[in-house]
Amino acid sequence: MIEFANVSYAYEKDRPVLRDVSFTVQDGETVGLIGCNGAGKSTVMKLLLGLLPCTEGRITAAGLPVDKAHLPQVRERLGFVLQDPDAQMFMPTVYEDMLFGPLNYGMTREEADRRIDAALKQLRIEHLKGRHNHRLSGGEKRMAAIATILAMQPEILLMDEPTAALDPYNRREVIRTIGDLSGTKVITSHDLDMIYDTCERVILLHDGAVCADGPAEQVLHDRELLESHRLELPLRFSVS
Amino acid sequence: MNKMDAALRELAGMDDLAALSSGIHRLHPAVKFLATILYIFTVASFSRYALSGLLPMVLWPVLLYQMSGIPVSLCFRKLRFVLPLVLAVGIWNPLLDRVPVLQIVTLTVTGGILSMCTLMLKGVLCLMASFLLMATTGIDRLCAALRAMHVPEYPVTLLLLTYRYISVMLREVSVMTDAYSLRAPGQRGIHFSAWGSFLGQLLLRSMDRAQSLYESMLLRGYRGGFHYAETRPIARKDWLFLGLSAASFAFFRLVPVAQILGGMFV
Repeated sequence: MIEFANVSYAYEKDRPVLRDVSFTVQDGETVGLIGCNGAGKSTVMKLLLGLLPCTEGRITAAGLPVDKAHLPQVRERLGFVLQDPDAQMFMPTVYEDMLFGPLNYGMTREEADRRIDAALKQLRIEHLKGRHNHRLSGGEKRMAAIATILAMQPEILLMDEPTAALDPYNRREVIRTIGDLSGTKVITSHDLDMIYDTCERVILLHDGAVCADGPAEQVLHDRELLESHRLELPLRFSVS
Repeated sequence: MNKMDAALRELAGMDDLAALSSGIHRLHPAVKFLATILYIFTVASFSRYALSGLLPMVLWPVLLYQMSGIPVSLCFRKLRFVLPLVLAVGIWNPLLDRVPVLQIVTLTVTGGILSMCTLMLKGVLCLMASFLLMATTGIDRLCAALRAMHVPEYPVTLLLLTYRYISVMLREVSVMTDAYSLRAPGQRGIHFSAWGSFLGQLLLRSMDRAQSLYESMLLRGYRGGFHYAETRPIARKDWLFLGLSAASFAFFRLVPVAQILGGMFV
């Protein structure tokens, strides 16, 4: 479970980017975090991961408070897939990149290998295991980046723009993959069609505050709500 | 493809070379590292006039290049920017040392020319050996070998991350160079008036990029220590390679092979 309770945050004094944000994500839920540029989505993610210190309010993740004392345990339970796979993968091969997290958390190489094989199989990308990262296409990199996180078997999966810059085929592959993954997931994206396909609940952030929180079916059908917050209906609804 | 893209590909190509599977590639990285260090020390220990004595030392790297399936020409192609520097090391010697040491028919060879040639050859041989080590081992296995030899973690991690940072920086330079040239058609390179802002932006961008990578590492449990590539124990064939290499270095260092061979024909 994830809980944000009255969280506010400012990078500069008197210029808050989050204002009294509160929401809860239950175990097993898949939640889409949407909002226009500058709405505060990335800040929410960074606070949740402990990359920014929570100075006001309270954040808990997987039953642990997100604070300095609990950071290693929190991060072991959370898996974060970055928007740019190149910013995530830094080892020469997919296999070595996947090995990085499990070994850091004290797993034996055999156990890590077992998890890596399972993650690759789950994503149907066993053929990428020995490939060099710099030789992968954009879609392959994205899948490999997801695999590096799945190898850690996190309790909660966080994804930042998982379908950004993908062609239609790879986009569908990523959507299928997200749908196949079990567990708690939080996805930030401007691709509202993808959010509709993968999330049962949507939280709309605007100007650092939660403006709507409800079923995807309801929030993503609300043209007035979306347009008043500089978003648009998912393509499938606007076309029909 | 701009020059930076090409440089990036060449850097990435080193990982591809290291992924080949020859007998030399399969040797234990620590053994290859030790043999290379030993080779460099042996080459450096020749006196500055010992050009003929140094010549047989060419055999070791050339033989290993053949056995590893890596063309020697590739080494020279990849090191084309460094080689002129190596060759420039002894360039002043002919002016400083004009004592005749050798007479070949009517040609007088001074000590300066001889020492310049010796220095150049030493530089080229050391580069060839170092390149071979990198091309048949790869940075990760090399770092693993260094840790296995109890080199402190800090410099090893620094080496690994610096190597990785080079590619991050090159990628940023590549993107910025493309963006610049698309808005400055007909201009060759970057105008000096833009150098300041270009370098400043490059620093900021590559720092941002490095920060993202670092955060990604932190989120996967990084706490300052790397788990390097798994290395197997040193086997008998590794010891054999090291022993044969060391013996050949000692032989070529102590026995003037070139002179003996020359004496047989003169």
